[in-house]
Amino acid sequence: MTELAFEDVTVRFGTRRHATTAVDGVSLTVPHGKIVGLVGESGSGKSTLARAAVGLVPVDSGRIVLNGHPIDPRTHNVQMVFQDPQSALDPRMSIGESVAEAIPRRARNRRARVAEVLDLVDLPVDCGRLYPAQLSGGQRQRVGLARALAGEPEVVIADEITSALDVSIQGTVLNLVRDLQRRMRLSLLFISHDLAVVRYVSDFIAVMYRGRIVEHGPAGQVLTDPQDPYTRELLAAAADPAGQLDLGENGDTTPAHR
Amino acid sequence: MKRILRTPLGATAAALLLAVLALAVVAPLVWTDRANAIDTAQIMHGSSAAHWLGTDALGRDVFLRVLVATGISVWLALLATGLGVLIGLLLGAAPVVLGRRAGRFVTAVVNIAVAFPGLLLALFFAVVFGVGATGALLAIGLAVAPGFARLTQTLVAKVSGLDYVAAARVAGVGRIRLLFRHILPNVAEPLVVNAAIAAGSALLAFAGLSFLGLGVQPPSYDWGRLLGEGLQAIYLRPAAALGPGAAVVIAGLAFHLFGEALAKGFTRHTPPVRVRRAEPVPAVGATNDDAVLVVEDLRVGFPGVTPVRGVSFSVGKGEAVGIVGESGSGKSLTALAVARLIEHPGRVEARQLTFQGRDLRNGNARRHRHLLGTSLAMVFQDPMTSFNPAMRIGRQLAEVAEQHQGSTRKQAWQRAVDRLRAVRIPDPHRRARQYPHEFSGGMRQRAMIGMGLMGKPALIIADEPTTALDVTVQRQVLRLLASIREDDGAALLLISHDIAIVSQVCDRVLVMYAGRIVEDLPADELYTAARHPYTRALLAAVPDMTTDRDRPLAVIPGRPVDAAQAPPGCAYAPRCPLADKRCIDTAPPLRDGDGRRVACWNADVPVPVGEQA
Repeated sequence: MTELAFEDVTVRFGTRRHATTAVDGVSLTVPHGKIVGLVGESGSGKSTLARAAVGLVPVDSGRIVLNGHPIDPRTHNVQMVFQDPQSALDPRMSIGESVAEAIPRRARNRRARVAEVLDLVDLPVDCGRLYPAQLSGGQRQRVGLARALAGEPEVVIADEITSALDVSIQGTVLNLVRDLQRRMRLSLLFISHDLAVVRYVSDFIAVMYRGRIVEHGPAGQVLTDPQDPYTRELLAAAADPAGQLDLGENGDTTPAHR
Repeated sequence: MKRILRTPLGATAAALLLAVLALAVVAPLVWTDRANAIDTAQIMHGSSAAHWLGTDALGRDVFLRVLVATGISVWLALLATGLGVLIGLLLGAAPVVLGRRAGRFVTAVVNIAVAFPGLLLALFFAVVFGVGATGALLAIGLAVAPGFARLTQTLVAKVSGLDYVAAARVAGVGRIRLLFRHILPNVAEPLVVNAAIAAGSALLAFAGLSFLGLGVQPPSYDWGRLLGEGLQAIYLRPAAALGPGAAVVIAGLAFHLFGEALAKGFTRHTPPVRVRRAEPVPAVGATNDDAVLVVEDLRVGFPGVTPVRGVSFSVGKGEAVGIVGESGSGKSLTALAVARLIEHPGRVEARQLTFQGRDLRNGNARRHRHLLGTSLAMVFQDPMTSFNPAMRIGRQLAEVAEQHQGSTRKQAWQRAVDRLRAVRIPDPHRRARQYPHEFSGGMRQRAMIGMGLMGKPALIIADEPTTALDVTVQRQVLRLLASIREDDGAALLLISHDIAIVSQVCDRVLVMYAGRIVEDLPADELYTAARHPYTRALLAAVPDMTTDRDRPLAVIPGRPVDAAQAPPGCAYAPRCPLADKRCIDTAPPLRDGDGRRVACWNADVPVPVGEQA
């Protein structure tokens, strides 16, 4: 059983006097073999949380544990797929090299392993010889997934992996994510600003707002019986993007707790 | 490399450089003895057939000495450059390897070193290391280093911020490996260019130091020393000074030109401009009196591609028309072309382009600007970049009234405050005096709309107005646009990739694919009566809040076609399950019928949407 847990994690940026708190005391668990969807607006701290989990951003307080132990960055147990497939692949490295780099050093027969993960994401094996510029956005994002899987991770973090893709491509990547997760029993933290997308893939949904998790629970429960006013607003906006909405006093969004 | 050599500049520079380098190797081997041969019978002679550049105080042939000096001059320059580049690379890349704190220290050191002028540094080091070739070598090498370190740092910092470096770190790639595999190869090109140019500069610097007596010391000699010796008698025997001078110039030029050629070769070359003759313009067709905007056969072209390939539509008074399409479908360019915002080298052609009954294709540009300035409002995707960050919001709005309505400064300001109130910005008096960064994203977008309302717009063009906004803020902006339409009767042209938004806000939807309109239908029929297979597939591919979670999403195979490679037939055919031979051979025309238009040979044939996956 693998389980990724954020325990009261806080991340601050900047020096003490001008510090901004990007993530503010977040506790969240990604259970074994489940997809946890994390929704929130830009600047809510969801990407910072993801980067903290893979060690790209230092944590100020609290801890991030895998199966009860702090994550050792050398074991690559937590892997990440990035938002922009264009910038997430080294333009000077072939697809095969990029994927091979993520394979743990102890592994033998690396070439076969590269072929295996490329096959997992429905890319032809010949693809390994190509360079990122020769692939479409959707294919590049598959390579991103393949690279994450090559590290034999226990948990994968997907940070807005469909938001840079065209709508006609997004569906393929979402289907792939769901299919992979079911076949491999992956634990997945799926981050997106799009509630409809999160709803489609997730077992659990967490709603992040201004660095805090304001609501968290099984997807069905959060979607049908939201407790937090911000969640309700998100749901209303997703169901009816151009719908009637009273402009608040200060002329900005005014969830009750702001 | 081949590309570089094919240009005249590249070929010349390479040939010149090769000649200099070859001479540097060959000349000392072949002519050293003859160049050092003292001939007391021929002291201080002018140029002659035997001695082209004359002889020096010991009767040695100056021409041969210039040739032989190529070796030491070029060799020292290359060595100094190598030293400088090496130190520069080490210092520049150090922050990646050392981590944050030590990296910051190194950066500070480099910043201080950069502040010193290179020549001063060189003189300083020449004193420290003693007068002589070694001292000069170290001096010039160290003088080159800070600039190079700074360049490396900047380039490296840019690349290390990219996701693929983060991805490699997550994948467990160590710092050193990260540097050599991911970072350095991606910054190599500008560094190589700079190194080539630095070599040329080092050559000149060496000549300078030796000329001053701080460089190469007798009995060895380089161009700088020969120049110094020759200069003493320049009025009597000019050739002895001009010879080494010319050598310095030629070699320096070879390095610099080669660097330039490299730089040109590395930057991506743009395809040559292919200007198509404008088609003969037929008489303007029947104008629709009700229409605010009539566009017929609009084409927008850039050198080499035509992303908008014949778009025709009209927008009626007070009507809201949406354009949906994926990236590269030409929807934004269509909007920009209407607002006459396509800039050089883009070209706009149309059979008809009429706004408010006025032909925008030709005529007085100033009058057009005035018309567009007062009757057309434009709202862009990113409200951060559409305002001048250094000007108060109110001022920027007021400017419109001053420019186009001839209002006084005070009237214009009052109008601006009033318009900010109209777009529901609270406390508009105070807000008008604020700067764009003090506004939130949603407020800035509203202020942008307010700017469009300074005149009395007949048409608002909104290009992805909510894409950069959060969903909750998006509603406010869309709601605002709707209420402006109600109040002022303005028409709306809304461009978006989000079908849900367009279908809710607009009366009519145009679906674009690969630079053409493929379907035009009433918005309320989008989900029920769409006829083009692309429209139908697009609707099925986007999950909404009611999508069945237990079934895979419908997908569109393949990828959107590039406008540059648009096929002769239907551009959607390669991805379409209904495509047959006719679709591949002939592009279907956009056929009218009952207020709807569709460009498909097989419209209405049921699409096996779910099975495409």
